[in-house]
Amino acid sequence: MPVSYLEYRVQTVPTGLSKILHLNWALVVLLTAVACMGFLMLYSVAGGSMDPWARPQMERFGLGLALMFFVAFVPVYFWRNVALLAYALAFALLLVVEVAGQTAGGAQRWIDLGFMRLQPSEMMKITLVMLLAAYYDWLDMSKVSRPVWVLIPVFLILLPTGLVLAQPDLGTAILLVVGGAIVMFAAGVHWAYFAIVAASVGGLVTAVMSSRGTDWQLLQDYQYRRIDTFLDPSTDPLGAGYHITQSTIAFGSGGWTGRGFMQGTQTRLNFLPEKHTDFIFTTLAEEFGFLGAVSLLTLYGLIILFCFVSAMSNKDRFAALMTIGIAGAFFLYFAVNMSMVMGLAPVVGVPLPLVSFGGSAMLVLMVAFGLVQSAHIHRPRARE
Amino acid sequence: MKRPPKDTEKSARIVTRRGAVMGICMLGFMGVLAGRMRFMQVEQGDEFRLLAEENRINLRLIPPTRGLIFDRNGRPIAENAQNYRVVIVREDAGDLEETFAKLRGLIPMSDEQVERAMREIQRRSPFVPVTVADQLTWADISEVAVNAPALPGVIPEVGLTRRYPLFQDFAHVVGYVGPVSDNDLAQLEDPDPVLQIPEFQIGKVGIEKKLESQLRGTAGTKRIEVNALGRVMRELDRQEGEQGADIQLTVDAGLQNFAQARMGDESASAVVMDVRNGDILACASAPSFDPNLFVRGISVPDYRALTEDDHRPLATKTVQGTYPPGSTFKMLVAIAAVEAGVVTAGETVFCPGFREMGGRRFHCWKRAGHGWMDMHDSVVQSCDVYYYELAERVGIDRIAEMARRFGLGEKYDLPLSAVSDGLVPNKEWKRRTRGQEWRIGDSLNAAIGQGYNLASPLQLAVMTARIATGEGIAPRLIRSVNGQEQPVQTSGPMGISPTLMSQIRKSMFDVSNHRRGTAYRSRLSEETMKIAGKTGTSQVRSVVVRNEDVPWEQRDHALFVGYAPADAPRYACSVVVEHGGGGSRAAAPVARDVLAYALSGGLPSLDIYPNATRGEVEALFTSMPLRREDGSEAPPSLDRA
Repeated sequence: MPVSYLEYRVQTVPTGLSKILHLNWALVVLLTAVACMGFLMLYSVAGGSMDPWARPQMERFGLGLALMFFVAFVPVYFWRNVALLAYALAFALLLVVEVAGQTAGGAQRWIDLGFMRLQPSEMMKITLVMLLAAYYDWLDMSKVSRPVWVLIPVFLILLPTGLVLAQPDLGTAILLVVGGAIVMFAAGVHWAYFAIVAASVGGLVTAVMSSRGTDWQLLQDYQYRRIDTFLDPSTDPLGAGYHITQSTIAFGSGGWTGRGFMQGTQTRLNFLPEKHTDFIFTTLAEEFGFLGAVSLLTLYGLIILFCFVSAMSNKDRFAALMTIGIAGAFFLYFAVNMSMVMGLAPVVGVPLPLVSFGGSAMLVLMVAFGLVQSAHIHRPRARE
Repeated sequence: MKRPPKDTEKSARIVTRRGAVMGICMLGFMGVLAGRMRFMQVEQGDEFRLLAEENRINLRLIPPTRGLIFDRNGRPIAENAQNYRVVIVREDAGDLEETFAKLRGLIPMSDEQVERAMREIQRRSPFVPVTVADQLTWADISEVAVNAPALPGVIPEVGLTRRYPLFQDFAHVVGYVGPVSDNDLAQLEDPDPVLQIPEFQIGKVGIEKKLESQLRGTAGTKRIEVNALGRVMRELDRQEGEQGADIQLTVDAGLQNFAQARMGDESASAVVMDVRNGDILACASAPSFDPNLFVRGISVPDYRALTEDDHRPLATKTVQGTYPPGSTFKMLVAIAAVEAGVVTAGETVFCPGFREMGGRRFHCWKRAGHGWMDMHDSVVQSCDVYYYELAERVGIDRIAEMARRFGLGEKYDLPLSAVSDGLVPNKEWKRRTRGQEWRIGDSLNAAIGQGYNLASPLQLAVMTARIATGEGIAPRLIRSVNGQEQPVQTSGPMGISPTLMSQIRKSMFDVSNHRRGTAYRSRLSEETMKIAGKTGTSQVRSVVVRNEDVPWEQRDHALFVGYAPADAPRYACSVVVEHGGGGSRAAAPVARDVLAYALSGGLPSLDIYPNATRGEVEALFTSMPLRREDGSEAPPSLDRA
C-alpha cells in the first residue's frame, strides 16, 4: 500500500505548502505522461506541426495542471459541502444550453467563456459523482439499500441524463449513467439492484432485436440498419460503417511496432475521420503499433490503480466514493473510446481522455484529478 | 459530520471489497482491449496492412466516349462536342455567395441556374466538384480561366457532350441522351458502374436508347492515390476503356431533311425505303423538335409547349402512329380475291354509287357511281363498291392473311421507341377482344381500309415495297455497327402469281399516270422517274361532310403509297398527312416530291415535273428551309435550265 514518505512524521492532515509533499505525485507523473503521448500524436496528425492542435493542447494541459493543484489544496470537506451546489449549477447550465441551443436552431452544447468553450455536460459528469458521493456520505449506512434511498440517486442520475440525451449525445449519457452506477455500487447498494437493471437491459435488447420484422417491431427500420452497420461495418462501407472500417484498417496496419512516428499512411492520407479527436488512438496504434497502444493502456491502468488504492486506503467515505467514481468515469472514457476505434462498440463520440484534442474535456478531467488529489492529501490519518 | 467508528470501518470495508470487484472487472476489460489490439495488430496485421495499401490506391472509372451515329453517306447525325463547363468545389471556394457573385460578373448565369447549383452543392460532399454552368463558349471559359486566381475552388473544365448537328431532322429516329436518372437506375438489373459518374449521359429515346449497349462502350480505369474523402492525390496509371461503337444508319440525311421540310407544319409522316434491300432512307415525322434541348435538360415552358401541341411533335408518327390505311389497302384485297380464285382481273362489277348490305347502304366515295369496273379501273379510280363485292366473296380471314403477308400487322424489329404493330382484324380477333361475332359489314369496311384496320406509315412503306418487288422485304435501319455490315432481311419471293402482280402494278402506274387516276395531278413527267402509287383517304368520323367544313382534328387523314421508277422499282414511299383531307390532294404531292428527291439524288430539277405543276413546285421549293452543310436552314437556290 503506497503511503506518502512523510507519513511517519506527519500524522495529521497536512496544511499549507506542505500539502505539496503529500500530493499523489505518481498520479501527476502518469497524467503528464499520458498527456505527452497526446501532444506527440497531435503533432503527428497535424503533419509534423505544433499547430493547430499540439500547442493549444499543451497550453490547456498547463492550465489544467494549475487547476488541479488549486483544487487539490482546497480541503476535501469543502468540496463535499459544495457538491449539491455544483450539481445544481451544472444542471442549470445544461438547461441553459438546451434551451438556448433550441432557440438558436442548432445543437449548441457549450457556453463560450472567451478562452474556452465550456460544455456543461462535461461538468455534469464530475458534479454528479461528487453529489452521489456526498449523498452516500450523508446517508445512514443501514439505509443504503432501501428502495426509497436507492431511487433518490437514480433520479439524480437520470435527471441530467435525460437532458443530455435530448441534445442528443448518447456517449455522454452512457457515461453519466454508468459513472453514477459505479458510485452507487461502491457505496454498497445491494447487488440485486444492479442484477435487475442488467437483466432488464439485456431483456430489452433481446426484445428489440427479436421484434425485427414482426408485427410488433419496436424500432424503425433505419434504426435496425444502424445496428446492422455496427455489427458488420462492411455492409455499408461508404456510409455509416465507413468510420469503423477505416479505423480498424488503420489500427490493424500498425503491426507490432507500428509504421513509425509520423509515418502513418492512413491518417496522413485522411482516411481517418476525426483523426485529432475521437480517433486519435487509431493514429497512435498505426504509428506505434501494438507496443504503443498497450503502453497507453498500461498508463491508463496505472492511473486507475493509483486512484483505487488511494480510495481504498481512505477512511473518509465521501473522499473514497468520489475517487472511485472519478476513476470509474475515467475508465469508461478510455474503455469506450478504445472499443469504439477497434470496432468493439458503436461510434458514440467519446474522446480518449487527456489525449484527444479538446479543451473542455481536458480541463474538467484535470479538475477531477484535483479532487482525487484533494481527497488524497486530506485523508484522515490514523492517530496513535 | 462525524459518524461512528463502526460505520467508518464498515464503509471502508465495503468500499475496499466493491472497489476490488470493480477493479478486477476493469482489469478484465482492459485485458479484452489488449487482446483485441494483439489480435488486430499482430495476428491480422498483415491483412490490414494490405487493406491499407488498397485503401490508398483507388480505382476510378474513365467514362467511355459514346459512339457516333452517321447517315448512309457518313454525315454525322449524333456527335460528341466539346463542352466547356465550370465546376465548383465547395471546400475550396470559401464564401459561396461571393464566389457566385464574382462568377456572374464573368459568365452569363440566370438566377434559376445559381439557385440550382447552390442546392446541388449543399447536397454533395464538400470536396465533390459540382457543375454550375455548362455549354459555355470558349470566350466565357477563357474569362473564367484567366480569373482563376481570384476564384478559389472554381475550375474551368472541358468534357464531351452529345450534339445533334442536324437538329430536328432525326429527333424521332435517333432520339436523344440525357443524364442518368434514379428511374433509369431502378429499371436496370445490374447497372453499369459508369452510370454513377456524374454528368454521364445515356440514351433516353430512339436509337440512342435502343442501341445504348453498343453506343456506350466500356469504361476505362485509372488507379489513383486518394485520401479517405476520395480526394485525388495523384494518378498512378490508367487503362483506357473502349469507346462506343459508331453506328451508320441506312437513312439519307439530305432526303430526311427534305422530307421533313416538305411536310412543313403539317402533322404528317413520310417513310422512304429502298425496295431492293429494305433500307429506310427517310423516316420523317412532322412537326419535330430539337433533341439538343433535351441533352441539356429541357426547360419547363419548352417541354410544355411540346406536350401541349395538338400536332404532337414528340410522337414518332412513322412507326408509332397507326391509321386506317383507307384505299391504299385495296390492292391487298384485290390480290387476296384473285389469289383465292373468287374473281378474275378482267371480271367487272357494277358500281351504282353504293351497295346494300344487311339493310344498310355502304356508299362509294363517288356518289354518282363508277359504272362497270374491272380490277384495273377499281384501283385507278378507287372504286369502293368493287371492293365491297370482293370482300363479300373472299371473306375477311383471307384478306387478313394476305395483309399480313404484305407486312401489315407486323412489328418490325427496329431500334426505335414505341414501334407499333398496327392491327389487321379477322374473325378470331374480334371474338377475342370484343367478344362479338364478325359481321359482313365489318368485312365491307375492312375492304376499303376502314373499320378496325390500322397500319403505321412504316408498314405501308413495307407493303408498297413488297408490291413493287414481289419480294418479302423487311425494313432495315442500321447499316453497320463499327463498320460491320448488318444483314439485309428478306423472306424471299412472296409467291403471288407474277401476272397478278404486274396487273396490280399497272393499275398503280395508272393511278399516277392515267388521266382518270386519283394521283394524276401529282405525277412526274420524266420517263425514267414515273411513279406508281395509290391514294388513300381514311375517315376520322363516319358522317360524310366536306373536310373544309369541319375543324382540323375531325378532317380525314390523307395517305399515299407509291414507288418509283415504275418500270424498275427503286424507292417505295408512304406519306400520311393527319387530317390533311383527301389523299390525292394532300399526301400525293408530298410523296411525289420526296420520291423525286430520292430519284434525283438531291433537289429535283423542275424539268421532271409536268409543265402544269412546275410553277407551283418552284414556289414550294424556294420557300422551303433546307439545311445547309453548316447546319443552318435556308431556301435552296434552284438551277434553271
